[in-house]
Formats: sequence, structure tokens, C-alpha cells
Amino acid sequence: MARYAQQAGVAVSALSPSRGEALYRSEHPGRGGAAQSCASCHTANPKQAGQTRVGKRIEPLAPAANPERFTDAAKVEKWFRRNCTDVLQRECSAQEKGDFIAWLNQIK
Amino acid sequence: MNYLLRGIGVLAAVGTVSLLAFSLPSGGEARGDGGGGDLIPRLTHTAWQQECASCHLAYSPALLPRASWRRVMGGLDRHFGENASLDPATQADILRFLETNAADSGRNRMGDKVMQRMGANETPLRITETRWFVREHDEVPRAAWTRKSVGSAANCAACHRQAEQGKFDEHDIRIPK
Repeated sequence: MARYAQQAGVAVSALSPSRGEALYRSEHPGRGGAAQSCASCHTANPKQAGQTRVGKRIEPLAPAANPERFTDAAKVEKWFRRNCTDVLQRECSAQEKGDFIAWLNQIK
Repeated sequence: MNYLLRGIGVLAAVGTVSLLAFSLPSGGEARGDGGGGDLIPRLTHTAWQQECASCHLAYSPALLPRASWRRVMGGLDRHFGENASLDPATQADILRFLETNAADSGRNRMGDKVMQRMGANETPLRITETRWFVREHDEVPRAAWTRKSVGSAANCAACHRQAEQGKFDEHDIRIPK
């Protein structure tokens, strides 16, 4: 989170959990015209396990339910790169990534 | 991420078994539990397991020829509609492993079976498109493939309950309702 704040050139305190949540829930045109969002695979509640398109379990995104989450910077970058491209049709900015983690981190 | 730790434990166990099996004069093919119909070679490769199996079963390299794997690994940024891109070193590492153990590598009987039914210039991108797969699954009712409990033909484990352990024996199959 601090890394993304630094990349975005803002203080960690300037990251916004509410913007992070909005990003998570925002819907975008997906395959076949159906709306898709992060929640499509990760479920509406990030403390729950999700499911990939071919039915494989995805461990919860929220560190409260999955302490390993966001502990491996390369892995975090890999999945932001893939999933932002899939869902938003573009890469996410450092600010967006920071906001996203700020939201997930404060979920109890 | 306990799941990952468990996975690593399983991998370590499988790896040990595979190493033992490989050390026997078995023509380079590691057999699993001795089941007669169990032809999927038991292989271990850290990046293959970690990367491919984070979204789907780590499909056996023996199920597609080398040219197919090159196509798959060359198009990971649009992998069946999803971005599955990898860093170049990991990508090359996994491709080497897939090529070494591919259906046409001559290293395993499973691959020989797949190749028996493969046209000379065929390089299918999907295992489900191979004539071997189609024939093996010709008793499965068409509607079963799209049931919510199955999702798609890519979800081996929906019916092959021990697919994650590399076991595809016919008696383990249960098609969900």
C-alpha cells in the first residue's frame, strides 16, 4: 500500500478506502455484453472465497480472511496487471491500486 | 493462503513420489497408483503448478503437442478471453517443461495415445478439441457440460473427483447433477 502511495506521489493517508470499494464494485462491459466487476469472480464480499471462470477456488482478497494477501509484491503486481486489463480494459494507476488495498486492509 | 501452503505440501509429497518413480527403469514415465487406466504422467514443475493451477487445473503437458503449447504460451495476454500474462523468464521456463513432456515428446504413453488421433498438422489450442478427448468423453450427455455445477469442459475436477491429484480413473467419475 505504501509502495503504491509512493508511486502515486501521495501520502498513505491520502489513499481512499471508499474509492477502493467503488473500484471493486464498478461494473464494466464484459464478454458477451454482460457486466463484469471484481466481484464477478471475487464475490460481493471480499472476505469470502471466490471462483475462477473454470470453477477453481480463489482465496479471499481481504487480509482479515486471508493473511497472506498483499504480502508478495510481485504477485500483487501480476494480478493487478492481468485483472485490471480484463475488467477495465486498461491498467490500473498506482493511486487506484493503493485505494483498492486501503479498502481491503480496513475490512475487519 | 493456507491453501497455497497445503498445495506446496502436496507438491512436495508428489515430487518425492515422482522422483522415486523416475529413478526406476520405467522409460522415463512415472506411474501413479498403479491403476490400469491411469496414464497421466505424474510430473512436477514448480512454475507450471503455481502459475497454471492458480486459475485452473494444471493440465498435463501430455495432452497437447509441442506446437500447441507454443501457441498457448505465446498468447497468454489473451488466454481464452483472459489476461494470463507472465514475466518472460517464467513463461520460458514453463514452455520448456511443456515441450519436454508434450504429447509428441515420445516420453509418455498418454501422449502417444493423444497423438494416435492427431492430424499431421493439427495444433489445437484446447485439449477438449483433440480427437482423443472427444472420443474419451463421447458418453457424456451434451447438457452435462454446461450445468452450473460443471461450468465448462475445462473443469476436469467437476466429474473427475481426484483430478487435482492427477487421477482420472474411470471409477472415480461422478457427473454432478
